Amino acid sequence: MTTATETLEHHDDDHHDHKMTGIKRWLYTTNHKDIGSLYLWFSFIMFLTGGAMAMVIRAELFQPGLQIIEPDFFNQMTTVHGLIMVFGAIMPAFTGLANWMLPMMIGAPDMALPRLNNWSFWILPFAFAILLSSLFMESGGPNFGWTFYAPLSTTYSNGSTAFFVFAVHIMGISSIMGAINIVVTIMNLRAPGMTYMKMPLFVWTFFITAYLLIAVMPVLAGTVTMVLTDTYFGTSFFNAAGGGDPVMFQHIFWFFGHPEVYIMILPAFGIVSTIIPAFARKPLFGYSSMVYATSSIAFLSFIVWAHHMFTTGMPLAGELFFMYCTMLIAVPTGVKVFNWVATMWQGSMTFETPMLFSIAFVILFTIGGFSGLMLAMTPVDFQYHDTYFVVAHFHYVLVTGSLFSIFAGAYYWLPKWTGHMYSEKLGKLHFWCSLISVNLLFFPMHFLGLAGMPRRIPDYALQFADFNKWVSIGGFAFGLSQLIFLVVVIKCIKGGEKAPAKPWDGAEGLEWEVPSPAPYHTFSTPPEIK
Amino acid sequence: MDKDSVKPVDERVKKGVTKLLLTVFAMFAFGFALVPLYDVFCDITGLNGKTATTAATVNADGIDTSRTIKVQFISRTAQGAAWQFAPEVNSIEVHPGEMKFVKFYAKNESGRDGIAQAVPSVSPGLAASYFQKIECFCFNQQPLKSTEEVWMPLQFYVDIDLPEDINELTLSYTLYDITDSAKS
Repeated sequence: MTTATETLEHHDDDHHDHKMTGIKRWLYTTNHKDIGSLYLWFSFIMFLTGGAMAMVIRAELFQPGLQIIEPDFFNQMTTVHGLIMVFGAIMPAFTGLANWMLPMMIGAPDMALPRLNNWSFWILPFAFAILLSSLFMESGGPNFGWTFYAPLSTTYSNGSTAFFVFAVHIMGISSIMGAINIVVTIMNLRAPGMTYMKMPLFVWTFFITAYLLIAVMPVLAGTVTMVLTDTYFGTSFFNAAGGGDPVMFQHIFWFFGHPEVYIMILPAFGIVSTIIPAFARKPLFGYSSMVYATSSIAFLSFIVWAHHMFTTGMPLAGELFFMYCTMLIAVPTGVKVFNWVATMWQGSMTFETPMLFSIAFVILFTIGGFSGLMLAMTPVDFQYHDTYFVVAHFHYVLVTGSLFSIFAGAYYWLPKWTGHMYSEKLGKLHFWCSLISVNLLFFPMHFLGLAGMPRRIPDYALQFADFNKWVSIGGFAFGLSQLIFLVVVIKCIKGGEKAPAKPWDGAEGLEWEVPSPAPYHTFSTPPEIK
Repeated sequence: MDKDSVKPVDERVKKGVTKLLLTVFAMFAFGFALVPLYDVFCDITGLNGKTATTAATVNADGIDTSRTIKVQFISRTAQGAAWQFAPEVNSIEVHPGEMKFVKFYAKNESGRDGIAQAVPSVSPGLAASYFQKIECFCFNQQPLKSTEEVWMPLQFYVDIDLPEDINELTLSYTLYDITDSAKS
């Protein structure tokens, strides 16, 4: 199989192996593996940038009172931290994984639209350059929260709105192009014999996520455009004085915003569903129920948006509708968690770093899911709304959920990418440091929120001081732990034990049929699927 | 195998991309379509406390003297509007169907000639569609010269079909200084 692929490559005129050198290789590349690497490195740099902002936030909150930064700059930090982590770290990391792994998993030579692929990556750095540059301007960066509620982002904007809007436009275009590419690749380039229900679950989750992106990113583009014209061109979409409605902003924003949170978690489901069977040495329990659960979650994500707005004075009927729909999501999610546990049940498990991150994902994501269920209850949400409980909830699903799954995926496929085994010792160190510090960082936030500490504030009442100190210590420790990951990756690229084509003996999938490191061109002729 | 998979891959990719791009444009348009849809939805259900922006016709359903509804008035000026703005009474009691007349006082203290616009909102929101205004200063923009003052009229009745469980409603006006946007 492998040799056949390699010999064929040399006969194929379209794919001869003369890479350009230096920066040009990366600027002009249309190779899905190169672009995948670019995405992954970019997201890691953004992760450290957004992380540095989180460190600023936690340093300020280490003690009550204002110590280090001004409240306005604090607001800019929370806003840009959110934007960078959502659009700069998590989403590009998933797109990077999709670029690297999707074609190999479905036995395709590359993505269906390689040039579009190049473009959708290379506009991203410009988007974030625009966003970050506004932080250094006289009026400061966006300070209205990543949710940019009108009128904070319109009437009361500090002048950064235009930079913010154009940055989001470019990020949106990039995501949409990436999503279109993923959909047409999966629909058209699957190896002969790979029917939809034979696709790896990883491919399924990215397929569904891409559809979500295509459906809601344009709505986000529309929302920021309305904010732009409201701020600079005198329209009144969200301005009551001109007949608009600020509450409508929240409806339109969360119509995008809720599917967006599933855009950031469905691929994580796919990664974990790939890794757990490999290390439990059992096939995934309930494959088709996983596919249907993912699709149901995607569908439900469109009809629950107003649970972010329970306190805006909706009528009872609306609150009940959105409460019940939201709680319904627990059913397909429960199916997934059950399936992961059932996959591990009586498996011959080993606990290499990818598996550790995956198990931590299942447990901690479920905790995040439970706090989500609490927030879904309207009367309870009236107490929790805009408190640190919410912060704890979405960091449990996004950090110990999405981010941990990305780490799991990175460790799992690093041997395939680099051709070397990573240092298991350092990987485990990274895992345990992250696991302990992340819980110290986010778990006490639940109690802070229940006790009434509001989110997005640079200062707080004295009774919250002790918990905040621990949270900050956890934050610094978690931030530092991520440098271990950087060391692991660099060491793995530079050398280490040679990785075989299939380093994990329970792993399944076409990506393990090509040698490690994966050659520049793989599956120039499609493999046979039995 | 379906018919599509017989076609060459390039053609299928092209078709797929076209469809997806159309979806993207449709969803972009849908984002904007949400604006009128939202208004229509609120209009039908009366969900967000928005009252009608045009005059209602005079009540012809008679007066229900068995019920008394307390109507409270709240007035506030939006940030940046240096106007005085207040109702002549804070609350009145009305029977459903009974016509009432209330005046609101406004004075321009901004030190320049200006134009203001009052935006009404009714709470509880479900009562909004039962609050009928025959005449309201909020239907029009209100120009006032510097230091000029005015008593502005509001004539209304509460619909006889007002749900049984609503005995008290609040009408809130926010006054916006729209001088700059009205000029341009």
